[in-house]
Amino acid sequence: MTEAIRAEGLVKTFGNVVALNGVSLSVARGEMLGILGDNGAGKSTLIKILTGYHRPDAGQVYVDGKPVNFASVDDARAHGIECVYQDLALVNGLSIYHNMFLKRELLWGGPLKLLNHREMRRRAAAALAEIGIAVASVDLEVGALSGGQRQAIAVARAVSTNARILLLDEPLAAMGAREARLIIDLVERLKSRGDIAIAMIAHNYAQTLEICDRVILVQHGEITFESPAGATSAEELLEIVRREYRAARAG
Amino acid sequence: MVAEGAARSSFARRAHSFLLRPEASVIVVSVALVAYFELANRNFITNANLQTLSQFVAAPVIIACGEIMLLICREIDLSVGQVFALAPFLMENVNDIGVPEPLAIVAALLVCALIGLVIGLITIKLSIPSFITTLGMLFLITGLTLTISRGYPANTSGGPLLTGIMGTWAYSEILWALAIVAIMHVVLRHTRWGLHTIAIGGNIVAAAEAGIAINRIKIGNFVLTSTLGGLTGLLEAFRVGSIDPLAGGSNIMFLGVASGVIGGTAIAGGTGTIVGGLVGGIMLGVMQDGFTLQGINAFTFDIIIGAAILIAMAANIHLARLRGGGAR
Ligand SMILES: Nc1ncnc2c1ncn2[C@@H]1O[C@H](COP(=O)(O)OP(=O)(O)O)[C@@H](O)[C@H]1O
Ligand SMILES: [Mg+2]
Repeated sequence: MTEAIRAEGLVKTFGNVVALNGVSLSVARGEMLGILGDNGAGKSTLIKILTGYHRPDAGQVYVDGKPVNFASVDDARAHGIECVYQDLALVNGLSIYHNMFLKRELLWGGPLKLLNHREMRRRAAAALAEIGIAVASVDLEVGALSGGQRQAIAVARAVSTNARILLLDEPLAAMGAREARLIIDLVERLKSRGDIAIAMIAHNYAQTLEICDRVILVQHGEITFESPAGATSAEELLEIVRREYRAARAG
Repeated sequence: MVAEGAARSSFARRAHSFLLRPEASVIVVSVALVAYFELANRNFITNANLQTLSQFVAAPVIIACGEIMLLICREIDLSVGQVFALAPFLMENVNDIGVPEPLAIVAALLVCALIGLVIGLITIKLSIPSFITTLGMLFLITGLTLTISRGYPANTSGGPLLTGIMGTWAYSEILWALAIVAIMHVVLRHTRWGLHTIAIGGNIVAAAEAGIAINRIKIGNFVLTSTLGGLTGLLEAFRVGSIDPLAGGSNIMFLGVASGVIGGTAIAGGTGTIVGGLVGGIMLGVMQDGFTLQGINAFTFDIIIGAAILIAMAANIHLARLRGGGAR
């Protein structure tokens, strides 16, 4: 499998909080990486460096083997990186279709570059229908939707682009079982295409082992454990977390 | 019978949701006010008075177009009324050194745009609330205008065609206002600039995660507001035929902001309409003009206008809650 994205020695501090303390990872095309770890471990910070939202204090990111230094989110997007952020990055006061096309709006031809609302509506509705997400209208304000629906919109937005590297930060957190199934099916379909690299942060160990090829465990800004999904178990992962927790209490 | 009932209830529902729109309620109040003033005076709806009314409406509406964009992205410009006063003096000074009047107008507007750029850069780069930046600029620009003018009024120059277009023709100022409203409505509803302005005010973190150039858009809206403030000052100067270092000021700025808020723009950002600003400006203009016609004492006049602004703004904030948007 060919490597799509790689990070080496990422360090990120916020004031005197060390969010990442030398993290290295890589994800291959057609592979799905699960990222596990407690709240505050640094998982979201890691993802946000890969999307160009944060700049690392040290370390280097490579896309297709070439070093990249993202100056902005747009910069990372130009390299085919898309993300479903933990906070979903939705604007409640805007419609579903405006949110789905935020910062990649479709425009009418011509010098005025006016928004093509009609085409955005049509494509947003088609993208949601294809995934199986039912909303009364794509004109609805996102603020009027349930937590699970909002999450589904954010996922639909990320996958409806031609992402080659897809980053998902707890995409199933607010979802009911049926919605979660839809999203898992969707992600597995994408994975089976073989040309997309996927990294997903999640909380449910058993579920993550089921759908991912490989998992890493992030604790206090470092990767403490890494294994193919088939070679470990939820019990083993939990035991590592508990051991760490006890060590931290003792120390 | 059943169909008729359904039709009526759908009509009622549509009427109900129309009345819940901020623009709609303000239109209803404005029409009621016009009817009242016409009944009370018998000379409200006359060509002469409509011309006067249009003059009350035009300036606050143009100012509102800028302030609405700023309010939507959670900023404000308190100094726009001072740019209003400065612009005509800039124009006259440039004109005095031999530059033709039309070019002098462009030069004055460029300086106003530059002031907006400075406000934006200070606000963004130093992370200062624009309330503070523009409060400082308010005093600074007043001082600048008084220095340039030495505190004295002056007369405008320029040929009849130019002065006509810029303000002396009967309805030229309101036509400027309507054209700017039309353009800004399209900018807000039908361009990426407008959409991103709304996104920034609605959820700044989401806007950043989506990759929106937040600083560029905020600074651009400061530039826009200052430029529109300067243009309004020029239009008023041409219409009146003289320029006054104490024209405009905080009064015109607050009328602009009030027009926007009465028309449904949220001070907390994220929502607002340009058309609402026009409607709000018309309502304020009708009141100012109407009470002037009634010959009401100037002090009472301010009390009435002040109370009306309070009531209209409070009503709209509550209507926004009724629409189900919560306190926005
Ligand atoms: N923008 C920020 N400013 C300050 N501290 C932050 C910021 N983002 C994250 N942190 C801190 O960095 C640490 C890691 O956070 P995060 O990456 O969100 O963890 P996780 O996603 O694993 O829960 C936490 O201590 C958090 O408080
Ligand atoms: Mg997180």
